[in-house]
Amino acid sequence: MSESAAHVVPLRTYVLILTILMALTATTIWVAFQDYGPLNNVIALTIAVTKMTLVILFFMHVRYATRLTWLVVVAGVVWLIFLIGILMSDYFSRGWLGVPGK
Amino acid sequence: MSSVHGPAGHGGAAHPPLAHHFETLEQQRQSTSLGMWVFLVTEIMFFGGLFAVYVVYRNMFHEAFDVASHHLNVRLGGINTAVLIASSFTMAMAVRGAQMGKRGATAAFLVLTMLLGFTFLGIKAVEYRHKFEERLFPGPGFQFQTHATADLAAGGGRGGGSHHAPSGVSPHTEVVDPRHARIFFSIYFAMTGLHALHMVVGAGLLAWLLKPTLAGRFGPAYHDPVECVGLYWHFVDIVWIFLFPLLYLIGRH
Repeated sequence: MSESAAHVVPLRTYVLILTILMALTATTIWVAFQDYGPLNNVIALTIAVTKMTLVILFFMHVRYATRLTWLVVVAGVVWLIFLIGILMSDYFSRGWLGVPGK
Repeated sequence: MSSVHGPAGHGGAAHPPLAHHFETLEQQRQSTSLGMWVFLVTEIMFFGGLFAVYVVYRNMFHEAFDVASHHLNVRLGGINTAVLIASSFTMAMAVRGAQMGKRGATAAFLVLTMLLGFTFLGIKAVEYRHKFEERLFPGPGFQFQTHATADLAAGGGRGGGSHHAPSGVSPHTEVVDPRHARIFFSIYFAMTGLHALHMVVGAGLLAWLLKPTLAGRFGPAYHDPVECVGLYWHFVDIVWIFLFPLLYLIGRH
């Protein structure tokens, strides 16, 4: 049953991912104390999304998973973007028309 | 282990872990992790609703959130982030051990992951106690002393009924309403509390894995339970990866 054995990720890869995740954590803390104006949020979220992607791809083995798993994972993230994106489009545009009782 | 619909090549008799409705262990493993991912998508939407609440209120009460965030301890939060990332690494190593059939290493990494999980919860408990002592828990005794740049009296607010307006007023002139800071702490306790609850469940799952691991049930062909608990643990780690900057690191500059 050799063909049924799961893909074993090399130890080096895991250690590398751990190191990058720790470095990104230190970076996000450091950046938070600098003043980049509205860019602070963008940088913090970019780092968080990068960390999430690394965890999903390597620790959670999605890089080595079937296409169906890829589809489910991506669909989950896309639906989350729908949830927050459409909600915010409502909240941001509410004041535009001056409708009473907004 | 009689199979009614399994075609030739069915490995049920040779491999007891193979359920009768799967043809091969590989198919079983892929189905198991796919099922786990479907569950995790429901968890994404579950936490996603709370993140949406956060996004809406942070945009409404931007200044209050920045000021309230200063009451969280970046040092403890940062240490906890590192602890959780380390636990994700040990969890990945436990799964790796199970994949290679190393029962001793797997068990050791499972215990290590659990210990890091308890370290996280311990630090979280210390943080919660501080918040209760500072009367920042959004209960009846909630008290918020604003130390905004304007340093205006607490409770000033922006006057009747207009608190639903997005914060378009220029910062520094805005008064931080304690009620808005209270919303921040409600979200803080709801999200970190729910996250901590997931950690407790995760620790229980890790303990549940120990017995079959030590009994040598897991190896290259079958290690699905370890893989699934790993996926769950990493998911909980990802939730914290977002909670940390969004709750602790806003408005620090």
